Amino acid sequence: MNAYFDNSATTAPCCEAVNAVSDAMTRCWGNPSSLHRAGNLANELLENSRKDIANRLSCAPEEIFFTSGGTEGNNLAVIGAAHQMRRMGRRIVSTSVEHSSIDDTLNKLEADGFEVIKLKVDNYGRINEKDLYAAVNSNTILITMMLVNNEVGSIMPIQAAKRAAMMARSPALIHCDAVQAFGKMPLKPASLGVDLMTISSHKIHGPKGVGALYIRKGVKIKPRTFGGEQEKKIRPGTEAMPAIAGFAAAARALPDPARELEHITMLRDYMVAKLIEIPDVVINSPPDALPYVTNISVLGIKSEPMLNFLSEKGIFVSSGSACSKGKKSHVLLQMGLDRKRLDSPIRISFSRYTTVQEIDALILGIAEAKKVIRAAK
Amino acid sequence: MKEIILIKNGELALKGLNRRTFEDMLVKNMRRRLDSAGKFKFTVAQSTIVAEPEEGADIDEAVARIEKVFGIAAFSRAAAVEKDMEVILKSAEEYLAPQLLSVRSFKVEAKRSDKKFPLNSPEICRETGGYLLRKFPHLVVDVHNPDMVVTVEIRDTHAYIHGKQIKGAGGMPTGSAGRAAVLISGGIDSPVAAYMMAKRGLELIAIHFASPPYTSERAEQKVHSLLKQVSKYSGRITLFVVPFTEIQELIKDNCPEDIFTVIMRRMMMRVAQIIAQKENSGALITGESVGQVASQTMPAIACTDAVCEMPVFRPLIGMDKDEVVAISRKIETFDISILPYEDCCTVFTPKHPKTRPTIDYVEECEKALEVDRLVDEAVKNTRFVLINAY
Repeated sequence: MNAYFDNSATTAPCCEAVNAVSDAMTRCWGNPSSLHRAGNLANELLENSRKDIANRLSCAPEEIFFTSGGTEGNNLAVIGAAHQMRRMGRRIVSTSVEHSSIDDTLNKLEADGFEVIKLKVDNYGRINEKDLYAAVNSNTILITMMLVNNEVGSIMPIQAAKRAAMMARSPALIHCDAVQAFGKMPLKPASLGVDLMTISSHKIHGPKGVGALYIRKGVKIKPRTFGGEQEKKIRPGTEAMPAIAGFAAAARALPDPARELEHITMLRDYMVAKLIEIPDVVINSPPDALPYVTNISVLGIKSEPMLNFLSEKGIFVSSGSACSKGKKSHVLLQMGLDRKRLDSPIRISFSRYTTVQEIDALILGIAEAKKVIRAAK
Repeated sequence: MKEIILIKNGELALKGLNRRTFEDMLVKNMRRRLDSAGKFKFTVAQSTIVAEPEEGADIDEAVARIEKVFGIAAFSRAAAVEKDMEVILKSAEEYLAPQLLSVRSFKVEAKRSDKKFPLNSPEICRETGGYLLRKFPHLVVDVHNPDMVVTVEIRDTHAYIHGKQIKGAGGMPTGSAGRAAVLISGGIDSPVAAYMMAKRGLELIAIHFASPPYTSERAEQKVHSLLKQVSKYSGRITLFVVPFTEIQELIKDNCPEDIFTVIMRRMMMRVAQIIAQKENSGALITGESVGQVASQTMPAIACTDAVCEMPVFRPLIGMDKDEVVAISRKIETFDISILPYEDCCTVFTPKHPKTRPTIDYVEECEKALEVDRLVDEAVKNTRFVLINAY
């Protein structure tokens, strides 16, 4: 039996998505921009897909723009917004624990002359709302924050961003990287006061290579790529129909997030109760984290041997963000954890397919690893 | 007109009576290296090797590969044409046009080994030079410092016309100096050391120590990729993968922490030496450089060497890191080396390693280990993989 606990990296495609991809490639492979019947059919599939995604975000279909995934969505939103707003100010407010697709983009913008403020986090990876209010001034043009941290699951107070902007009388656009939150909690950008929101397909059991950017009606951003008229010129290029259809099917197949959250919380609590019985295991995630992500450290055992050991047993966890391929986590570093904890993080991430049996196997695996693997100094 | 490759061998010409053996070795190496790029016919005459592509052979790929074969000082692509002055002139114009259009000055050199050819060398030069000047009016002749030398060689069967020379990889033909075993971890240094010794004519085998679960499958894959890159220069490499977990765990459990690394290195040398002997290798190669890390201080190296009976080559011993990095970038192993996987050398790195260990102390500490049994078992359970870039 394999036990897959790396759902924050990617999820197993659901059969609805697989069928939709295959269907789009065999039956409905026209170019949505073509004016003949094959094109019309594809266009219909595209627009239906857009509706499915919009339904999940309780927004209008016109507010959904398909992209190639989370990284592109984040780049497009942040750079596009910054350049759109550049005449109105130069400050951008974010956090110090963003995903690299935001963090590196902000570094680039900083080099280009924008003033970037990255809010510090506490040792649970949460920002303080007061800091946010203090950082946003009238010169601020963009606030970008992740909703759920990809490494520890901490939840950011994104709803405070708009309020902070209003109080400071700033024209700032609000962007939310919701890649780790979409499908896992009730999500409505309008009521969060968000202008731009990034989501990705392969984190919700859809295919890789597709995602979407929500752009609130009336909000303008500058495109990053130029070409055809697709996606209202915000993201030109022939639409990746098979992937988009798969994304939509995966979105349709999502269970009610509120009810699912209860179930996942139960599983998480079950796992944590067993984990803390193992000596030297500490929990790095905050108690109020999204229960899909739990970050722990097994003190004295470096992440890599632990990963290898569990992998041999068919248990798949990760040491942090898959996008940083084994480098030390900047998130945990920002949380101010000591070296022992920094050396040994394990990220356990759930999906709706996670079972109690898998969790038992994981607990057993970690306990066994503790016995077999020699502790590092 | 047919395009061929003319190879001038480097130091080989110096090797007196052995020259033939070296040349044969070089040709054999090239044959192997070009095998998957198509069929080539090799002929050797007057310290020049001619590689002639047969139907369907990829000459661009062949040139890229020959650039990395050791034992070649320089080579050129040449047009092989009929031995007729008219044909030679026309072909020179057509074949060299792309090169001549990118320079301002040139001169012509001629070599005539077929003395029956009606023109002598100065006459060939004059004819060709005059003709090319008429056809390419932007050019001037500069006999002292030309941008480009056009060479016309009149040989037995054909005339060869060539322009710019391509710099070869230098060194000695792989295998001409025997065989040696390189200890490879996955870092920046060992592939560079392997490359440097292969350049001096050593055929390589490689030995890698794997410690699952402390090291991952990816770490081993990384070693495969590194050796694959090195093998573009050295030719195929047999990689021996030694299971090293038990030894490392026992060292950790039974020996003082400050001396881990030295004892580990000694165990590696012992295992490597046995494998090397079995595989007819006469030396070990490591990427050590004095003072780079605690296990590479002079006393530490002395302790390591004390268990070696065969010579240990350390071509990087006096180099700075940036010099090593420069070579690793040149041979394109750098980007593979910096992938962040744990390797056997970083598992259980002590916090405060002894930089001046003494042999007595190390031997005393080693008494806690069943050295012979551990070495035997490691050798017995070693796997091997054949690595070849082409």
